[in-house]
Amino acid sequence: MAQEHKLEIFRGLVKFKSNTQKIWGVLIFLSIVTAIEVILGIIKPEWGKSMVLGMKALNWIFIILTIVKAYYITWDFMHMRDETKGLRRAVVWTGIFLILYLIFILLQEGGYVFRVYDNGYIKRDF
Amino acid sequence: MSTAVANTGAEGKTWNGGNEPLKASYGKMMMWFFIVSDALTFSGFLAAYGFSRFKFIDAWPIADEVFTHVPFFHGNYPMIYVAFMTFILIMSSVTMVLAVDAGHHLNKSKVTIYMFLTIIGGIIFVGSQAWEWGTFIKGDFGAVQTKGGNILQFVDTDGKRVALRDFVVADTHVDRTQHESKNGLWFVGEGTLPTYTVEEVIHGLEANENVLIRTQVINEEGEKTVLSRAESLKQLKSNGKVVVEGANLHVNEYGSPLFADFFFFITGFHGFHVFSGIVLNIIIFFNVVLGTYEKRKSYEMVEKVGLYWHFVDLVWVFVFTFFYLV
Repeated sequence: MAQEHKLEIFRGLVKFKSNTQKIWGVLIFLSIVTAIEVILGIIKPEWGKSMVLGMKALNWIFIILTIVKAYYITWDFMHMRDETKGLRRAVVWTGIFLILYLIFILLQEGGYVFRVYDNGYIKRDF
Repeated sequence: MSTAVANTGAEGKTWNGGNEPLKASYGKMMMWFFIVSDALTFSGFLAAYGFSRFKFIDAWPIADEVFTHVPFFHGNYPMIYVAFMTFILIMSSVTMVLAVDAGHHLNKSKVTIYMFLTIIGGIIFVGSQAWEWGTFIKGDFGAVQTKGGNILQFVDTDGKRVALRDFVVADTHVDRTQHESKNGLWFVGEGTLPTYTVEEVIHGLEANENVLIRTQVINEEGEKTVLSRAESLKQLKSNGKVVVEGANLHVNEYGSPLFADFFFFITGFHGFHVFSGIVLNIIIFFNVVLGTYEKRKSYEMVEKVGLYWHFVDLVWVFVFTFFYLV
């Protein structure tokens, strides 16, 4: 029945008594994550400027926290946690694969165009 | 989840389509697949934004300098208002999921209250976005666009932004009338004229020793480059072309016009989603009040529209990150 909900988050670390309680719990978690993002965005700490894998460390943190938020919105607000494996994978894997591919292609190309501009319209000078 | 509303007489008959391997009703599944396709649309837009940003990575506007306003308060509060908007949207997602939960318990009065709160949250969000657009379009400090389409902004010697109105004096003798199609070329239109001309800005810069020009180029410290006094005058005199106040699809006082284009397009598309979500929520709200789902003994429609509403929230989380944080 539809009333059956899995009532634990963080792999069972936090368990809730009822679905309503879980919803408030997830809200608190999402608010904390958003608050961390905003505070980091305002103070912009110095260590955030160091480059990790071609991007500023702070930007990695923002993107990872965003994905964490997206996970909890999808899993607990949209009840993806309670759907069957088949439906979950059909929706999530398809989306993730296509989006990653699109992002890779476009960002790679954008970086290429930047380097060509930056280098006096020369990409390779033999 | 045997909450399927329509009975087709095929229940349990595998070869008649009565088997439900995904244990979700037709409507709910289709909502999920719509969400997948809509997610791809949004990621297409955001990836295109990323493309343009990577293309101009050394000259992109810094978001905290663009969105610094809070209604009813003066001063510089970067991100506070967007954070508020994000919170409102997450909050309305919570009331939505509470409505769904109350629906599972067939509790009509609770569903009504929560749906109502969700609608209110949505309206506050769209209103905030309209205000944000208004502020962005109106602009703040003003700038000069060069022949090459770059933006020159003005700062004082401490690096603080200076508005055009603070150092430029409008020359009342030279009045340039705005072209209107009724008394000129009927097929040519002209937008609102800026308050000042480029010559007036040059005079203003010459008269104020402590005003410098800041270019779009981001230096190694991640800040915009400030030119010296001599370079500032030279740059403005040789390259200044148009005075820009605010932002629209052609010019943008905060930097690259592409930034404004993508901002209007992506937040506009998202705002339109919120708007249609509100309309759907209102329809469902009235159905709840009229007792349609009470008679059906199933509040699955609330769940379906809820999925859409959460999706809108989900997209906002990404728009927030990529427009305001990163």
